[in-house]
Amino acid sequence: MNEERKGLKEKITNSDIWKSIFRHGYEKTGRRYTLQVLQNVWLHLHPPRISRHALNFRFTWCMGGITFLMFLVTAVTGVLLMFYYRPTAEYAFADIQALEFDIPFGMLLRNMHRWAAHGMVISVMLHMFRVFLTGSYKKPREFNWAVGVILLLITFFLSFTGYLLPWDQLAYWAVTVGTNMARATPVLGHEGPFAPSDITQANDVRFALLAGTIVGPSTLLRFYILHCVAVPLVASVLMALHFWRVRKDGGISGPL
Amino acid sequence: MEHFLALITKPDNVPILAILFLIPFFLWLSYRQARRTDRTGVPSDAALNDKVYVWPYLCRNEFICAIIIMLVLGVWSIMIDAPLEEPSDPAKTPNPSKAPWYFLALQEMLVYFDPWIAGVVLPGLIIVGLIAIPYIDINPKGKGYYTIKERPFALAVFCFGFLILWIVLMIVGTFLRGPGWNIFMPWQYWDPHKVVPLTNVNLSSLFGIRGETTAIFFGFAVIAGYYTLGPIYYFWKSKSSRFLQELGLIRYIIVSFLFLTMLALPIKMILRLGLNVKYILESPWLNI
Repeated sequence: MNEERKGLKEKITNSDIWKSIFRHGYEKTGRRYTLQVLQNVWLHLHPPRISRHALNFRFTWCMGGITFLMFLVTAVTGVLLMFYYRPTAEYAFADIQALEFDIPFGMLLRNMHRWAAHGMVISVMLHMFRVFLTGSYKKPREFNWAVGVILLLITFFLSFTGYLLPWDQLAYWAVTVGTNMARATPVLGHEGPFAPSDITQANDVRFALLAGTIVGPSTLLRFYILHCVAVPLVASVLMALHFWRVRKDGGISGPL
Repeated sequence: MEHFLALITKPDNVPILAILFLIPFFLWLSYRQARRTDRTGVPSDAALNDKVYVWPYLCRNEFICAIIIMLVLGVWSIMIDAPLEEPSDPAKTPNPSKAPWYFLALQEMLVYFDPWIAGVVLPGLIIVGLIAIPYIDINPKGKGYYTIKERPFALAVFCFGFLILWIVLMIVGTFLRGPGWNIFMPWQYWDPHKVVPLTNVNLSSLFGIRGETTAIFFGFAVIAGYYTLGPIYYFWKSKSSRFLQELGLIRYIIVSFLFLTMLALPIKMILRLGLNVKYILESPWLNI
């Protein structure tokens, strides 16, 4: 049976038709596997070889990779959503309604963006939990852990700034509640302890965040730019650093 | 009951339901590996430390994982629509007003501390504390594998902070908080006119201190005393403990400050819920 199958396989791969399509066979050698990673722009973040235990789901939980995947999904769906959304108090809510009811697959697009964002918050928290449980922050990976903590914050901030954009009651009050805390910042908030008397509602740290004394149209524009441009840029730079340091610090951690 | 059902089925709360399953699952998964390591004395994956080619072995895993996740996300996005409520109205405050679910542990802390602590200082210290972890945890063991025996203190502190103070408070804030930010059990009716008597008193009053200045001194002494517990323990034990000597005084002070600050939250919760304590220190400048 095996012989027969082998014979048939050879017959097919030696035929003129097959050879006209595939110029040569795929040699299964280490050299080939190494070049496959090194010569591919999308794969070159990987080292050519890794420890076998790093393939185990039960060790890595795949959470770092899932976080990155979620970031890519939100980036792609986010760009598509930007075609249909105007960050002004007049149009924002209506544009979301249009996405839901008029634009083909608009609802699906919005759903994917929102759920991928929530998924990213979950996966980034679980990723940190896994890295802690395996002690993977220890020497020489201390700095990369710090970068990871900043990336966690950025994930929260990205999600939070995006929360305002639908401009509905849910968005408006969640952001109002969330930013109200900034009033109480010591020294820099007008209701905080030790605030100098010339710190008022109109020039404290909350004002800087909201571009106003309450959440308003200028807050929407500010959050939109933070959400779509500024924070993703910072996140991308830090992610590049994070991935690079994973390799430079000796690859994925493991029992040595 | 109807309010609880409405909360559970709210699209934005799906992630929390997911967390309710994901966290026990991953805890179980890591606990099993840690126990095996501790029993045999060898990390369970140590035998798998030989190298394999990334292409095709890792790339195949990543590809399969990405497909599964995209399938889950696709089904999730088709089945459940993102919420959209009425247009925003600054004049119409919903009761309760909740922050997004991942900030609800912070909002929950506001019950027990003034905003400058719960909303600014504690979140700031969480970040600082997280970043400081690798620099203050000098235990060289348990690097790159699951273990409990080799680093019990670090694990206990982190799990308490993450699972109890972050995840559980988040769940309480999401599912049990109703109008007026009062606690409502799942079977209870959300009564927007629920009257909760505010009988909280300051800690100094519990001790019978009536004078304003004395109360300030008393509160200040309690807090200062609390934070000197750390150094006292150090000077009491550092002669005999090799670990404390290796840690050094500066690192120890940072550890004890962060640790005591973290414990201050459950302590304040117990004081509030058990003894109706409002503030430990009330002064014209700040209240703690």
